[in-house]
Amino acid sequence: MNKKSHTLNNLPINHCGFIKEITCENNIKRRLLDLGLIRGTKICPILVSPFKDPRAFLFRGSIIAIRSEDAKKIEVYCNDFNENT
Amino acid sequence: MHQHTGNWPGKTVSNASGICEYLNKKFLFIDIPGTYSLQSNSEEEEIAREYLTSGNSNVTLVIVDATCLERNLNLVFQIMEITNNVIVCVNLLDEAKKKGITINLEKLSNLLGVPVVGTVARKKKTLNNLISTVYKMCIGKVKSKPIKIENNEDDETKILKIVKKSEEICKEVCTYNNSEYNIKDRKIDKILTSKKFGIPIMIAFLGIIFWLTIIGANYPSQVLFDFFNFLKPKLIDILTFINCPENLCNMLVLGVYQTLTWIISVMLPPMAIFFPLFTFLEDLGYLPRIAFNMDGIFKKCSCSGKQMITMCMGFGCNAAGCVGCRIINSPRERLIAILTNSFVPCNGRFPFLISIATIFIAGSISGFKGSIISTITVIFVIIFGILMTLLVSKILSKTILKGLPSSFVLELPPYRKPQIGKILIRSIFDRTLFVLGRAICVAAPAGLVIWLLANIGIHDTSLLTIIANFFDPFAKLMGLDGYILTAFILGLPANEIVLPIILMCYLKNTSLISIEDTNAIGNILIQNGWTIITAINVMIFTVLHFPCTTTLLTIKKETGSLKWTLFSFLLPTLCGIFICILTNLTYNIFI
Repeated sequence: MNKKSHTLNNLPINHCGFIKEITCENNIKRRLLDLGLIRGTKICPILVSPFKDPRAFLFRGSIIAIRSEDAKKIEVYCNDFNENT
Repeated sequence: MHQHTGNWPGKTVSNASGICEYLNKKFLFIDIPGTYSLQSNSEEEEIAREYLTSGNSNVTLVIVDATCLERNLNLVFQIMEITNNVIVCVNLLDEAKKKGITINLEKLSNLLGVPVVGTVARKKKTLNNLISTVYKMCIGKVKSKPIKIENNEDDETKILKIVKKSEEICKEVCTYNNSEYNIKDRKIDKILTSKKFGIPIMIAFLGIIFWLTIIGANYPSQVLFDFFNFLKPKLIDILTFINCPENLCNMLVLGVYQTLTWIISVMLPPMAIFFPLFTFLEDLGYLPRIAFNMDGIFKKCSCSGKQMITMCMGFGCNAAGCVGCRIINSPRERLIAILTNSFVPCNGRFPFLISIATIFIAGSISGFKGSIISTITVIFVIIFGILMTLLVSKILSKTILKGLPSSFVLELPPYRKPQIGKILIRSIFDRTLFVLGRAICVAAPAGLVIWLLANIGIHDTSLLTIIANFFDPFAKLMGLDGYILTAFILGLPANEIVLPIILMCYLKNTSLISIEDTNAIGNILIQNGWTIITAINVMIFTVLHFPCTTTLLTIKKETGSLKWTLFSFLLPTLCGIFICILTNLTYNIFI
């Protein structure tokens, strides 16, 4: 099991990861922090909207929708996965 | 306290208050907008923060959701920094139990240093304990010594500390028996937001609501009409009996009374059906899913998917929709949402749309089939309104309101079983009667003005006709006629009175008439030169024209700018004029 670093938007559905770093702009970062998204938080994408973006993520028991531009700026550790699937 | 709370972030956007009595002492409760944090940046959170820091209250009650205690504790910590007198109320214990979560309230209280009360708000009994704790804290019997997070650093480190502390506390007080508790929710979500079914289901929900409204509202409308018509001669008798001059009597009965009763009979039944149904979806937690489904499109127009929620509120009342725009964080996107809100037809315009659709599109088909066709037509009109919203939003954000789309971080709350009884009561009292009351306030004077216009004139031509003739050439270009346009202008205070004014003009009757069945209305319209293209243009203009006075006043209040208010008046009107002319010309060229 090798842990790799990915951006959140690449994480496949139902594949959990742990937050490594959030580099979103201040407002969004702040909001995510308020929701309890900090380094080490377990996060899992669970839903895709009909237009593919945004996706909804499960963390700390609640479901939050995040757009892909913002998800791109969130790095996560996770078990390896095949990027093509 | 009977504030209605929806199952979505952003239901409450301003302070509301209620009074409660306990042990002969009166308590004033202020409900401030729900928030995740005190340092966020949207309008509603600003309101919450301002109130808490103002120090106006004796006790701050923080209501947290037992099903996601951990996140809610963040807020508790932030509030405890501002004030000592905090009571934590852990609500929704019943749902937590269902999900296999048990919370050790006593331990939580010890760890936080403040009283903790568990409640199940649906069960009145459990609230007694809460109010008695509030009482005890007010008189100083219960003291709280909240633990504070030590912090000499910047905001970010502070919030990190708070989040970690919340996590720690949660681990100590909560036990999860069943980790797979929300599998059912996940399954529902999968379907409601799926690529194939997400959007069709959304439209189907909308369709079902409108269809129920259309078929359900007919009968009670009829009954109300008959009742008011029955009262009319009696009213005239009374007025004659007290020696009221004939002119004044006519003015009051044929002007004010007729307009008023028309509006009540036309508006009350559909609203009494539409609002509870809509509230049902709201309580279920479906609205954030709509926003989630639609965000992709809105993003392309540099807007937020939350705009969709405000549009849904606009179906009820555009003024309410504009206030709801407070949930949108970015000021730019919020302004766009406010300016385009009147592109979705509000409840005052639905009866009109439905009548036209029933007469001209469904035509002679009656009964079940007819109601389905009217529903489909109305849905088309609404989709047209939504497409216009998107188009105009896009144009606005490419021109005068340039800027990058901001974030879209939206919580999708768990589904909750709505309480049917509560929905009925709250939606009828808070919404239906509120909107109706407002309509009545403007309709009474409007009825008077219309009666005067129809009865005062030069050389036997009433002022109304003179105005209509003046607008006629321009209106013809739009595929309408002078009377229709005049009716829209006179309908500025309340869109509901547009159709009655049109009919009144055609019949050269000097008062608003009430005609029971739609066939009769249809015949009058056809006799006065209405064709299918008139009907289409009228429907387009109904969706795209200036917002009513209440909405304009709200926009003025929300934007704080006369310039934007004026703009919100001109924007839909110009769009409407342009599109009407376009359809009319296209129709005349090709057919």
